[in-house]
Amino acid sequence: MSDDIALELSDVTKIYQISQGMFGGTKPLRALDKISLQLRKGEVLGLVGESGCGKSTLAKVLLGLEKPTTGNVRVYGQPFGTHDRRWIARRIQPIFQDPYSSLNPRKSVREIITLPLKVHSVGDSSSWDKEVAKMLDLVGLPQRLIDASPSQMSGGQRQRVAIARALIMRPEVVICDEPTSALDVSVQSQVLNLLIDLRDELGLTYLFISHNLAVVEHIATRVAVMYLGRVIEQAPAARIFDAPKHPYASALLDSILTPDPALGVPDVNLDGTFPNPVDPPSGCTFHPRCPSATALCSAKRPEPVEQAPGFVTCHLHDPEIQKELT
Amino acid sequence: MTIIDSNEITTAPSPAQQMRRRALRHWGFLIGGGVLGLIILMAVLAPFFAPHDPYAQDLSQRFLRPVFLGGSWEHPLGTDHLGRDYLSRLLFGAQISLTIGFVTALISGVIGTTLGVAAGYFGGRVDTIVMFIITVRLSMPVVLVALAVVALFGGSLTTVVLVLGFLLWDQFAVVMRTSTQQIRNQDYVTSAQALGCTTTRIILTEVMPNILNNLIVIITLEMAHAIILEAALSFLGLGVQPPLPSWGLMIAEGKDMLFFEPFLITIPGIALFVLIFAINLLGDGVRDVTAPENRN
Repeated sequence: MSDDIALELSDVTKIYQISQGMFGGTKPLRALDKISLQLRKGEVLGLVGESGCGKSTLAKVLLGLEKPTTGNVRVYGQPFGTHDRRWIARRIQPIFQDPYSSLNPRKSVREIITLPLKVHSVGDSSSWDKEVAKMLDLVGLPQRLIDASPSQMSGGQRQRVAIARALIMRPEVVICDEPTSALDVSVQSQVLNLLIDLRDELGLTYLFISHNLAVVEHIATRVAVMYLGRVIEQAPAARIFDAPKHPYASALLDSILTPDPALGVPDVNLDGTFPNPVDPPSGCTFHPRCPSATALCSAKRPEPVEQAPGFVTCHLHDPEIQKELT
Repeated sequence: MTIIDSNEITTAPSPAQQMRRRALRHWGFLIGGGVLGLIILMAVLAPFFAPHDPYAQDLSQRFLRPVFLGGSWEHPLGTDHLGRDYLSRLLFGAQISLTIGFVTALISGVIGTTLGVAAGYFGGRVDTIVMFIITVRLSMPVVLVALAVVALFGGSLTTVVLVLGFLLWDQFAVVMRTSTQQIRNQDYVTSAQALGCTTTRIILTEVMPNILNNLIVIITLEMAHAIILEAALSFLGLGVQPPLPSWGLMIAEGKDMLFFEPFLITIPGIALFVLIFAINLLGDGVRDVTAPENRN
């Protein structure tokens, strides 16, 4: 195992048992279906997909809040399974979407930022103040806000506090779950730039979950596209934004709104609605909405096809299947 | 890092300041709190204030009328059927009512909050079990059960407080459960979990401070409820036993003279009404004053 793999997921599957009413028993819901991903140190992996595709479940698994049904997560080669939540907490920290709900309204900035130090018994109260002051500087907040309460701050300031809390224990990996989507547009880029600066300064690795593709294009070095619990395409950001291979990825990219009104609202080549994840379509789960689906797509489930430097999970790009067809 | 938000310059008042400002502007809160404070003060200082011994009987001084009905200042609120000073009994009765209110709210608050927070936080099977217990409790009529227990063990202040304490926790459980469910899904709870906080710590420092205002409102409601129930039980002769000067008991003892000396019932009745009214005003006030931020 090479040293520069910060976070590695191998075949991570999460199945929830969904109750079907009092006498209906339960049905399995595959929230994550054999997810394999690798994050190299210093990398920003953008994870995109529609609501309900499993992005947030993945974040929960990575934070140790949910146990994967099968599969393994490793941080710098160390598997999760043998460690407790506190061990994971020191290495992986989250930044949440809504800074209005991620900060306890009854606590001051100082209490919020020192909580991780208290929980992990790092230093004592005299060193905490110094550490908090340092973090405030790092995230660009003035020192006088140290005793402010969240309700006295703007969304951008709150998100900076959340970032300071996530980073005070110097984690290796930060899971950013849509960290800018709840902010004003003018503040979004400030927070994004702050995240980029912090990555360079502290050598962080980000898993950047978002459905705002413009933001992902701005910050991500690599992009993984999820659909119904599977990663259907993964490639360097530039490649995927220039030439997406999977029909779903290209449809998703077509849906980016541009500021140019002459272009109008983009016409997305997607039929139908997001399928019910409890009862996913046969074969390739995307086939009912896919513009280039064939008979094979509804029958056979595609496996990831290596497309250096990434992979696509689609029959159209499987050379063997294409050979058979022609 | 030089990025600064444009609105950083102004500092809004802190939540504590806002709350203080709202409290000073809220008439219900001020009046309710003031009256309740006064009643508590009178109850505590009853031994110094009371002009007579509340138990001292003087059969030659029976049914003296209060001052405003032509009585004398010797007995400002008159005397009862055993010639005991009514004002002194009223003051000492406040002690009983308040004790019952506070202790019952304490016992039922601890039971109900524990059950409710556990159900709301853990959900799933714990929630099912707690909901079942709540349903069982709700299917038992309070007064009937209280009557049965008092009939079995004999009426006394302790019995009444214990019975009410172990019966009136349902409101606490229901409200705390819902409030906890709301807080539990907030990102700051998830974030505390992701930090590796223990469940106890999360409940005590993240959940409890945010449901405290609801808890205070329920405490006031249940205090009022307990005081009324005590009066009802005492009126039926199954609560506090004579010669203790409970307000409910005073009404019961005065009911024979209802048509001849109505003040015997009216005075403790009014006292009961004022106390309950003050507590409810205060409860409403607390709810408004501690309302979620950004609402003035």
